[in-house]
Amino acid sequence: METRFALLFFLSIALLSTPVFSDLVITKVDRKIDLTSHIVRISSTLKVENAGPDVVSQILLTFPEYQAKKLAYLTASSTEGKGKSKGSSANLPVEVVQPDGVPPALTFYSVSLPRGLGKGESLNLDIFGVLTHSLQPFPEEITQADVQLVLFQDSAHYLSPYEVKAQVLSIKLPSPRVESFTKIQNAKLVDSEIKYGPFENLPAFSYSPIIVHYENNRPFAVATELLREIEISHWGNVQITEHYKLEHGGARTKGGFSRIDYQARPHVRGASSFRRLMVKLPPRAHSVYFRDEIGNVSTSHLWADSRKTELEIEPRYPMFGGWKTFFTVGYGLPLHDYLFESDGKLFLNISFGSPIAEVVVDNLLVVLPEGSKDISVSVPFSVKQWEEVKYSHLDISGRPVVVLEKKNAVPEHNSHFQVYYKFTSFSMLREPLMLISGFFFLFVSCIIYMHADLSISKSSASYLAKLQWYEVQATVQKLHEIMVRCLTVHDKLEASLRDLSRTGDVQACKAMRKAADGLLKELSKDLKPLLVFLQSSPQAAQIYQKVEELVVKEKELQEKLMSKHTMVVEAYEKKSAGRELENRIAALQQKLTALRQEVDDLLDVIDEI
Amino acid sequence: MVPLGRIIGGTLYPGLMLTAAFIYWSLRFLRFAVHIREVCVLTAPFFASNTTIVAYFFGKELWDSSAGLLAAAFIAICPGYISRSVAGSYDNEGVAIFALLLTFYLFVKAVNTGSLAWALASAFGYFYMVSAWGGYVFIINLIPLYVLVLLITGRYSMRLYVAYNSMYVLGMLLAMQIQFVGFQHVQSGEHMAAMGVFFVLQVFYFLDWVKYLLGDAKLFQAFLKITLTCTIVVGGLAFGVGMASGYISPWTGRFYSLLDPTYAKDHIPIIASVSEHQPTAWSSFMFDFHILLFLFPAGLYFCFKRLSDATIFIVMYGLTSMYFASVMVRLILVATPAVCLISAIAVSATIRNLTSLVRTKSKVVNTSSSKGAVSTKASSKASSDLSPPFGRNAAIALLLGAFYLLSKYVIHCTWVTSEAYSSPSIVLAARGAYGGRVIFDDYREAYYWLRQNTPPDAKVMSWWDYGYQITAMGNRTVIVDNNTWNNTHIATVGRAMSSYEDEAYEIMRSLDVDYVLVVFGGVTGYSSDDINKFLWMVRIGGGVFPVIKEPDYLVNGEYRVDKGAAPKMLNCLMYKLSYYRFGELTTEYGRPPGYDRARGVEIGNKDVKLEYLEEAYTTSNWIVRIYKVKPPSNRW
Repeated sequence: METRFALLFFLSIALLSTPVFSDLVITKVDRKIDLTSHIVRISSTLKVENAGPDVVSQILLTFPEYQAKKLAYLTASSTEGKGKSKGSSANLPVEVVQPDGVPPALTFYSVSLPRGLGKGESLNLDIFGVLTHSLQPFPEEITQADVQLVLFQDSAHYLSPYEVKAQVLSIKLPSPRVESFTKIQNAKLVDSEIKYGPFENLPAFSYSPIIVHYENNRPFAVATELLREIEISHWGNVQITEHYKLEHGGARTKGGFSRIDYQARPHVRGASSFRRLMVKLPPRAHSVYFRDEIGNVSTSHLWADSRKTELEIEPRYPMFGGWKTFFTVGYGLPLHDYLFESDGKLFLNISFGSPIAEVVVDNLLVVLPEGSKDISVSVPFSVKQWEEVKYSHLDISGRPVVVLEKKNAVPEHNSHFQVYYKFTSFSMLREPLMLISGFFFLFVSCIIYMHADLSISKSSASYLAKLQWYEVQATVQKLHEIMVRCLTVHDKLEASLRDLSRTGDVQACKAMRKAADGLLKELSKDLKPLLVFLQSSPQAAQIYQKVEELVVKEKELQEKLMSKHTMVVEAYEKKSAGRELENRIAALQQKLTALRQEVDDLLDVIDEI
Repeated sequence: MVPLGRIIGGTLYPGLMLTAAFIYWSLRFLRFAVHIREVCVLTAPFFASNTTIVAYFFGKELWDSSAGLLAAAFIAICPGYISRSVAGSYDNEGVAIFALLLTFYLFVKAVNTGSLAWALASAFGYFYMVSAWGGYVFIINLIPLYVLVLLITGRYSMRLYVAYNSMYVLGMLLAMQIQFVGFQHVQSGEHMAAMGVFFVLQVFYFLDWVKYLLGDAKLFQAFLKITLTCTIVVGGLAFGVGMASGYISPWTGRFYSLLDPTYAKDHIPIIASVSEHQPTAWSSFMFDFHILLFLFPAGLYFCFKRLSDATIFIVMYGLTSMYFASVMVRLILVATPAVCLISAIAVSATIRNLTSLVRTKSKVVNTSSSKGAVSTKASSKASSDLSPPFGRNAAIALLLGAFYLLSKYVIHCTWVTSEAYSSPSIVLAARGAYGGRVIFDDYREAYYWLRQNTPPDAKVMSWWDYGYQITAMGNRTVIVDNNTWNNTHIATVGRAMSSYEDEAYEIMRSLDVDYVLVVFGGVTGYSSDDINKFLWMVRIGGGVFPVIKEPDYLVNGEYRVDKGAAPKMLNCLMYKLSYYRFGELTTEYGRPPGYDRARGVEIGNKDVKLEYLEEAYTTSNWIVRIYKVKPPSNRW
């Protein structure tokens, strides 16, 4: 490390002889470096003045290569005029340039101004940069009980291709515990802030290396890989699945892990570790889960209200330096919050980055429903992008997938991006219709199978026997129906007798008798061919006995009933309700009941056939 | 290579895997984007539901459709079967019980109809069973026994002849296609009964034919004598020669231990040591069957009352499987379908009798009420003559009692399923001080730590119980696992665990071990930990390496870990790894530090120093402790 600094130092001397890029002069620089988390945020306010005769439309920013490699995010915005009247502060386009005659140890970014800067005019420029992996743990390996110390290196002077008139630098630290920092003139430590400057009238490319060695026990959570999968279902859901490969990016642990130490004093004997992470999910997130390769992780808590949903996840074990874990967080979001329509195209508007605050190497998937067409993506920063196809339930042609890949993403990248596509609502019904038709054809084929005659030989004995058996069954069923009808006629006759005893209307009763006689005669006529068939059929040999018995019993029942009927009617006609008659009727009734019981039982037996 | 397992291709019943793969591919073909894991998890429940359908048809074949319906309902919730058919139990038994019941059903159907088609179907059912589970031996012995009983009771028929012969011949040929089974059907003593019955059946048929041709009783008697003696002599000779030449292998110990419960205890201690192979206690019968246990004899009574080919089969299946279930706990599973079917017959018959009683009474009441006014008195007299006193009310009361019992059964099954069979065994649950549920997810915590934070080629030494779990969840190589057949290997691990640390270090170096994993329940009071299993390690280690002697770890024949423990015990590797820095921890209020809650004592050696190992990870409840074996360079 020392050699690198020496090299840089020589470089900076060599740089002094490089050509001056333009006649711009930076009159004032105010740099603030935030080192409180493991992400380094540098915000600088520049005041630029054009001292030359030509109109300038580009301003160059310079970073040493070791920083440029770790630069995750850079924006520049200008506030014209002076003082507090900050009007337009739109972001200006920034791009990497490589001017002639500069050593490769420096990287230049060119900021295009909205309009040229004329002679003598000045401009305020806000530069905001985010560096990742720039805090180097030192020592690189610590034990469980040690605190984590990290190094940060930068230049005390603002590195710029222009002359800088006046500048200050302040570095904000998480705590006042500082191991050491490079002491040059005008450097002082106040509370948890180190101040360098003011420095005045420094030439272009002046560089003065500084190193801050301080304690930082903030969670160094690094997602070495994050796969976010956003799947749109037009049935009303946006399903988000995030696969994290998480690592503690700080100083590595050595000498094992002692549970008893950790258990007794977790903040002392495990200061550099972290145990839980907060995930800030969008409002109305539902069906949240937290799992890994071997099942559900039982340690998580969820709070939800109308404005936000917060999920506190705790990996299975506390994360010490160098330890890794892998887990999946998933949740559903209501579709109408994220899907909009414009110019006949649908577009998804959803945030890019991870809901957990840390450094990530990002790989984002957007899965669109099957049948989407004309896909285009608009992302506010540069990403690698390609398309894939994913097969989910009942897909035939697959769902188009837009893959966006972004390396070195930081929470600042959590801005919204849009995916435009075309989708007809008919395609939404395709899968349900497929299912419905599938089941329909299944049932239809079942019905056809049940009704079709699939016998190979139509003349074989067993086949004919089967046919005959079906015929016998049908006949028996007919017979059963006729018997039941006979019994209802009997019931009607009984009812007429009851009416007679109530009203004394002999004529009506006689009419009833006549009708019943006719009906019964007809029924017995119907019965004859059936009986003949059953008798002739060899299949019905066993059944025939029962049927015959039934018919005989029914006949007997019928006769008894008729004689009872006649008796009662005659008695009414002669008005002679003698005791003798009553006795005869009672005897008859007893037989009737017994017969009726037998007939019922036989009917049940036949019904079961 | 470690762990030393068996050769998978040749020693495996492939039915379960083929089934899962088949389901997976057909779902994939139908465009259902399922994961193979989801298919595996749900294979057992899916086959359990198929079993209920088969149970319905079986019940219908045996008795009537209501018995079938009841049998399906019983088996759907019977704890004895749920224990092996919950989601996630991806085990041979999951599909095997279905195959067993299907084979039996198809065979009974074949016997009832004499149809070749049903017999062939049952042969294919048998083939599936053979491919799925070693329990097929039960089928291939029960069916011949059944055929023999039918022969003896004079129920021989052409239907039986067709059913058995086609089922046996085709089933045997199909079963030979399974590599693990191979030629056992013609070579192993366990399968000889089926072959014997096959020949007996041929002789029977032949005799029948001769009897028909001769038509003379005296001549036939003479012929019968000659044929019988010839058959017996030839059969006996063939069997004797086969046994003597070693062509027919003798019965295995597994078979003997089934027939004689005391056999295993005397001859095969390793079988006796597994808790699943213990004789069944009454409580577990009650737990798994509940009222079915009482309905079973009642069902047998009904079966005997209406004896047919089918009921004889279910009676034999019920009695034999019940006997096996009482010999070995795990065979309750095989008895469950039979018990459910027989109980269903009992319930169905009882309820049918009772309801018919209730219905006929009500019919009489109806008809008598509809009689003419003239004869009301007479008819009421008549009906009162017919009905026994309180008959109808008693029937209704009995019906209500039956429904009460059945609903009790449902409640019991629900309770058992939720309490005993619904929680994963890898996550331990306990009740907290305030009645809340406390989850100890330590196993997965440790395995996941191994998976993520150790080198991918690291080798882990632990007792074999945890081998599969470490392999599957931790994705690391183990030294011994649940499938290790090499006893020396297990003994070496047992020896390392019971040696002093420096000796153990040499063994671990020779086994190329990077991490050692022990399970320790002293903090949570989890009693099935390694300290409680330790004597088995000593015994198995001592069985191969006489250096390890069991008495060294005992004091007056007593196993203890407190101050009075044997000095070797207090300094062996297992003790050190379990109790490392445990002496500093207060586990229970009002107890001295180092109080072991699993064994209820204060440990004897609180100052455990490790020289060759270092604590790599201990889970939050101390249940799993992982130690890293230091490289030798650190010693110098």
